[in-house]
Amino acid sequence: MNKLILGRYFPGDSWIHRLDPRAKLVAAIYFIFVLFLANNWQTYVFLWLFTTAVILLSNISIRTYLRGVRPLIWLILFTVFLQVLFTAGGEIYVDLGPITISKFGLINGFYIFCRFIMIIFISTVVTLTTKPIDLTDGMNALLRPLRKLKVPVDELSLMLSISLRFIPNLLDETQKVMDAQRARGTEFGEGSLVKQMKTLVPIFLPLFVSSLNRAEDMANVMEVRGYQSDVKRSTFRQLSWQQKDTISLLVMAMLTVALLVLRSNGFGH
Amino acid sequence: MAMQISFDSVTADYQIGPIRSPRVLDSIDLLLPAGSFTAVIGHTGSGKSSLLKAMNGLIIPYDGKVTIGQTTIKAGKNKKALRAIRQKVGMVFQFPESQLFAETVEKDICFGPLNFGVSLVEAKSIARVVLKQVGLEPSILSKSPLSLSGGQKRRVAIAGILAMQPDILVLDEPGAGLDPIGKREILQMITAWHKEKKLTTVIVTHDMDDVALYADDVVVMEHGQVVKHDKVRSFFTDVNQLNEWHVDVPQARSLQLQIEQETGIKLPGVCLTLPELADALIEVGIV
Repeated sequence: MNKLILGRYFPGDSWIHRLDPRAKLVAAIYFIFVLFLANNWQTYVFLWLFTTAVILLSNISIRTYLRGVRPLIWLILFTVFLQVLFTAGGEIYVDLGPITISKFGLINGFYIFCRFIMIIFISTVVTLTTKPIDLTDGMNALLRPLRKLKVPVDELSLMLSISLRFIPNLLDETQKVMDAQRARGTEFGEGSLVKQMKTLVPIFLPLFVSSLNRAEDMANVMEVRGYQSDVKRSTFRQLSWQQKDTISLLVMAMLTVALLVLRSNGFGH
Repeated sequence: MAMQISFDSVTADYQIGPIRSPRVLDSIDLLLPAGSFTAVIGHTGSGKSSLLKAMNGLIIPYDGKVTIGQTTIKAGKNKKALRAIRQKVGMVFQFPESQLFAETVEKDICFGPLNFGVSLVEAKSIARVVLKQVGLEPSILSKSPLSLSGGQKRRVAIAGILAMQPDILVLDEPGAGLDPIGKREILQMITAWHKEKKLTTVIVTHDMDDVALYADDVVVMEHGQVVKHDKVRSFFTDVNQLNEWHVDVPQARSLQLQIEQETGIKLPGVCLTLPELADALIEVGIV
């Protein structure tokens, strides 16, 4: 529970920290798409250099990012494994009927592995360097055009900011309840699967109860303070687009050009 | 059987999420004798709660060792020791009602004993005894803990700890958030249980009147260190020293000091409770 890095904010004052959340969001989402342009080792090396540069600029130790990968590592390895087994082509090393381990399979598996890790790293950069509240402001601003289509953008971003706001509380509370049940003799991560699942009941029930209570308190407080959902509101925190934000998007454009030049056309060499 | 608690140059960190608080306990040496009733006081963040958690193996020191009775906890794996310690040490957290989860009060109280291998029949009979001890009616056993009032929930939660029949009772502000009468009743109930079962009890509190009324010894914590460990009566003697730690004085003692200043007469002894103060006033003939 304590190892969960994804979605946590690390305070700091790096170049990346000071970027506008809109720029960071656009750049990160764009990066995920641009990643699919890579198709040979030159492009992957280039993307790794870019990712490393961004991580270094964020001024947060690489160990934090690696910890962010850890909860997802089995999912990634499973996908890579399937890719390795079911891609044919090139030199074949192991042949078991429909299942083969081939040169192309291994290369493809490795590329997919890189792709996953880079996606996680880059999205972790965004969440680690942006306050959750700024992130929702950014999202709200980016989704604003959808308002014309009657999408309740403001409500959605309010919901998002409230849930993000309570993640740390929920984690602290989980820790507290776990400690309390441990003190009453519960042993976590022991025994059969069924037994382990049973030990979760004494944790989740109190957490549900307290979350529901808190939600009700919150709703009451909002109502008392006159919150209404269907009014046009101004914002307290103003986002300001600066030169460095434009620069960061230009960097993304340059990255695209570089990838287009470096990538090999057609399949195989 | 009462057990002693000893801390031997214990240093520990506390980690929650990515935030690591270094040295929440900083080379602590402390000996709480068997059968003692100790109050731990200090500011928020001074390490009181961490001290309690270390007594239950919820915080493992990276340096030094904690000894509970015959069992020792130090850095590294302590699986067996932890189980033994958690059976002997009953820990009541702050706002313990947030740990209630079972469908009925009875099941919740039985949860602890069952985890430590007590039979269901025995656990149920213990539940009845402890429920009476915390001042609740047996009819409550079949109710859902969530349907109870705040004060009742608190009592049920405490009963769930007492049901483990611990030799050591550790409580983190058991009266927090209750009305004055409810708080007094809870503390009196704990004191009665402490005497009856000859427990070693440690309690965290912010209320100096609680310290004066219920505790024998007092431990002051500051920045993860124990700055004072003394008998309650001698602790409240030197008021200047108390001011330095920003520690309040119990009401009776404060009144005593005021009377001494106004009349210029020094009362015999340190008065911690109002009856004591009344006796002292009669003795010197002021009233």
